Amino acid sequence: MSFYASSEGVAAAINRHATLWIGVLFLTIALLPTIIGPLFVEPVQGEVLSDIPNLPPDLSHPFGTQSEGRDVLAVLMRGTPATLAIGLIGGGVALVIGSALGFIAGFFGRRTDAIISTVVDVGLTIPPLAILILIGASFPVVSLLAMGIVVATTAWMSSARVIRAQVLSLKEREYVRVARLSGAGNFHIIFLELMPNLIPFLAANFVNAVTSTILASIGLEVLGLGPQQSRTLGSTIYEAMYHTAMWRGLWWWWLPPIVVLVLIFLGLFLISIGLDRYANPRLERH
Amino acid sequence: MLRSYVVKRISIFFITVFVAVTINFIVIHITPQNPVAVLMGRLAARGAMVENGAQLLKFYTERFGLDQPLYVQYLMYLRNLLLHGDLGYSLAYFPAKVSAVVLPAIPWTLGLLFFANLVAAIVGNILGALAVWGRAPRLFTWVTYGFMSLAAIPFYLLALILLYLFAFLWPVLPSSGAFTPGSSRAFDLATSFEFIRHATLPVLSVALGLIGFWALSMRGAMASVMGEDYLTYARVKGLREPTIFFRYGMRNAMLPQVTAFAIDLGRLVSGQVLVELIFSYPGLGLVLYNALRTGDYFVIQGVVLFIIISVALAMLLLDLIYPLLDPRIRTASAI
Repeated sequence: MSFYASSEGVAAAINRHATLWIGVLFLTIALLPTIIGPLFVEPVQGEVLSDIPNLPPDLSHPFGTQSEGRDVLAVLMRGTPATLAIGLIGGGVALVIGSALGFIAGFFGRRTDAIISTVVDVGLTIPPLAILILIGASFPVVSLLAMGIVVATTAWMSSARVIRAQVLSLKEREYVRVARLSGAGNFHIIFLELMPNLIPFLAANFVNAVTSTILASIGLEVLGLGPQQSRTLGSTIYEAMYHTAMWRGLWWWWLPPIVVLVLIFLGLFLISIGLDRYANPRLERH
Repeated sequence: MLRSYVVKRISIFFITVFVAVTINFIVIHITPQNPVAVLMGRLAARGAMVENGAQLLKFYTERFGLDQPLYVQYLMYLRNLLLHGDLGYSLAYFPAKVSAVVLPAIPWTLGLLFFANLVAAIVGNILGALAVWGRAPRLFTWVTYGFMSLAAIPFYLLALILLYLFAFLWPVLPSSGAFTPGSSRAFDLATSFEFIRHATLPVLSVALGLIGFWALSMRGAMASVMGEDYLTYARVKGLREPTIFFRYGMRNAMLPQVTAFAIDLGRLVSGQVLVELIFSYPGLGLVLYNALRTGDYFVIQGVVLFIIISVALAMLLLDLIYPLLDPRIRTASAI
């Protein structure tokens, strides 16, 4: 059985998911300097004093060098994957915590639900960056992994809320009742009956959690509270600001990380809209 | 029903405040750095203010009762904070109190927040409504999509781009501060003009990112109003199109916007704090940034606590006002 019986069907489906694909395209463009960068520069050129400082872009340094003598392209080649890694780690952890609690709250209801829902409400009231600044100022965050996990602690609440609402509505469906009447346990119902129906929601939530994580981590990094072991896009912007790159006309230093970040945010936004349409076909009409 | 909603909403506010205050206490007691000792070291290295420093150390030892059991310290901390609103002393500006450092910044932050929202709400609501209003040109739909894309980009990235465009490449607006340093200030036209010029870029950075947010939620609200009979009735009555659009369409779609706004308030405030830092605007963002750079621990905590509590309070008020605004919710037990 095929979903797209005719070539017209395929075209319509691509059209329908155009936002999704444009989003993927944006992310790919954001990754281009990282992918083809090694053809032009060596990763070690991202180290301090690997070349003359403040060189404008030319053939040997396509994005120039910054004030500490680092090659900006080499800095991007490290920073982009580092920022995306924080996003994926944070988004993954947030999705696991959020959907687990959402499942538990929606499925078991009563007091469990009341407790989890209150925690979620309180968590959604507190601005993530506020708590993260407090943590970042007291415990210097060292690694990308630590950064991702710390940020994830403030990014799981909306997943929990969405998944809880979905489980509440799904668990009253006919097929779940049938499964329960035929003696299926909670485990069976959660993983074999409910979970498969929630995959589009989980995917959309994952993308949103990745976005929140990157947003919060860049916010911390712009304040100078980034991971100390690795350079990310946010800490590159922080350094450029710290060294007043904009006023010294070194546009090739601060502009590339901003462009890459803008592409990442736009890409994630479009992917999230695309997945949302997939998860809620009723949105199609608008 | 309404009553239990109000009780629930108010208790969430108090739990939030309690959690924020407690996290503040826990963090300060398990941090590997001792803020007071760090300060003492710095003062000693500078060879200055050591008398003040000794006084400070003694003060904090007594104040936090560092020889007391932990729960006593916690209760003392709660008493000082909640009964006296006392956040302690600034380490960088000792003997200034934290409140003396934080309070002057608050009007600037609130002002930016207000004007950015005012601009964004007016433009965004009209655009979003026009985007689904059948008789408006398609152009509005595309402009709305454009602003929705801008809404996906963090305020501080927009701020950096605007700073470059309008303060560096085409220097028509000032790049930092709320006034030109050394200029005379009075309640006159020149001062107001200077104030507006300095606020333009920070307000725009936040407003540009918010227009899409307002437009998006207005588009949804307006779409649900579009099929209503009273619009048809207004047309049959022969009312002019702008009257139908503003008085009949938008007015009825405005209400759900209040809740939409409350949901994103936290993200808005923390985003704006970073914008202030980029433009060196004298709000909480700049205070926070300076405190982070000088390790002024108690000021950091003061700013963070203020942000958490005021966001929670604003969300509480919006949620409580909303039922009063909408007669359908007030009378029915819909919640």
